Amino acid sequence: MIISIASGKGGTGKTTVAVNLALSLLKESTQLIDCDVEEPNSHLFLKPNIHQVTSVGISVPRIDESKCTYCGKCAQVCEYHAIAVILKNVLVFDELCHGCGACSYLCPEKAISEVERGIGIVQEGSSNGIPFVNGVLNVGEPMASPLIRKVKERIWKDKIVILDAPPGTACPVIETVKGSDFCILVTEPTPFGLNDLELAVGMLEKLGIPRGVVVNKVDVGNREVWDYCQSKNIPVLMEIPMDREIAESYSKGIPIVFENPCYAPLFLSLFQKVEKLYGECRRK
Amino acid sequence: MKIAISATGKDLDSQIDPRFGRCQYFIFVDPQTMEFEVSENEGLMASGGAGVQAAQLVVRKGANVLITGNLGPNAASALSASGIKVHLVSGGTVKEVVEAYKSGTLKVVSGPTVPPHFGKPF
Repeated sequence: MIISIASGKGGTGKTTVAVNLALSLLKESTQLIDCDVEEPNSHLFLKPNIHQVTSVGISVPRIDESKCTYCGKCAQVCEYHAIAVILKNVLVFDELCHGCGACSYLCPEKAISEVERGIGIVQEGSSNGIPFVNGVLNVGEPMASPLIRKVKERIWKDKIVILDAPPGTACPVIETVKGSDFCILVTEPTPFGLNDLELAVGMLEKLGIPRGVVVNKVDVGNREVWDYCQSKNIPVLMEIPMDREIAESYSKGIPIVFENPCYAPLFLSLFQKVEKLYGECRRK
Repeated sequence: MKIAISATGKDLDSQIDPRFGRCQYFIFVDPQTMEFEVSENEGLMASGGAGVQAAQLVVRKGANVLITGNLGPNAASALSASGIKVHLVSGGTVKEVVEAYKSGTLKVVSGPTVPPHFGKPF
């Protein structure tokens, strides 16, 4: 079962929920994967031992100008304008290339070969007996999605897989949550939290992924998040208080279930609700 | 002779658009007759590669000269491969910058003037 933890707004508590949920379940049946490759942070709390590091690259085109007739088919087919054919020049813009391979496939002269361009690494290890995976994108690198795909290849399907997603609703988030059996949206009860929650719900509706909400920092803001969830028939699965103890343990990099074990049953109950809702969705 | 100008509107009285890859329209003007043709900039809302796309349009339309406000790095390399002369202006209408070009007062630029994604509207 794959559970992704996402949110429209950043800083609402995705990693807090992902890490503490993983630590509250049976070690041998859980896997935690940090898919926020642009700014991974689950490792700060889990402090995993990394035993394997793999480089990830995407294939970018190289032109053999002795074969090229400057017909321009490669530039026409490139959705991202990563190739331009201008007079007798073929220009390749590596950082715009998504590595789809259409240019080399369609080149009538077979003048295009592909070389690997490194975009980041995948790290595999374990923490407290829980298998752990994350991806780290090279600084300044715009192509997050191909690395997220590689990170997700490490999913162990027979486990309860918890995916810590990047914030927002753009390509890296969609790449992370697609294929999930359930998505937990973490929000805070503020106008910003609500606005971005609505965007995230819209994204999940389009992807057809069952969803529920965790409201974090419940003592701030107003009740509009609950009103919205009620109107959309989205279950509020857990409420986390605005508690100084949580903030302090977070700032020290200690998961709250270690600092205060009273939280562990609450996260376990969150999982049981998700499991039940997922079961109901499957029966439908 | 054909001059490409990034513009905010569709006629010679429109203000120039200081963005190249993210301009609203391109106006292609014959400076002798002042006849012109307008193209919408399809790259305006592209997620990336707008400068490369715009440079290819300008080349395809057969322009010899480009007048715009700024150039990003990819657009600058693409235009430099094309041999099109690029002139920068800070403002004015299309008509005014064509007159300025004819009087020879516009400066020529060969490299980028702004970083990537500079004109991106989102």
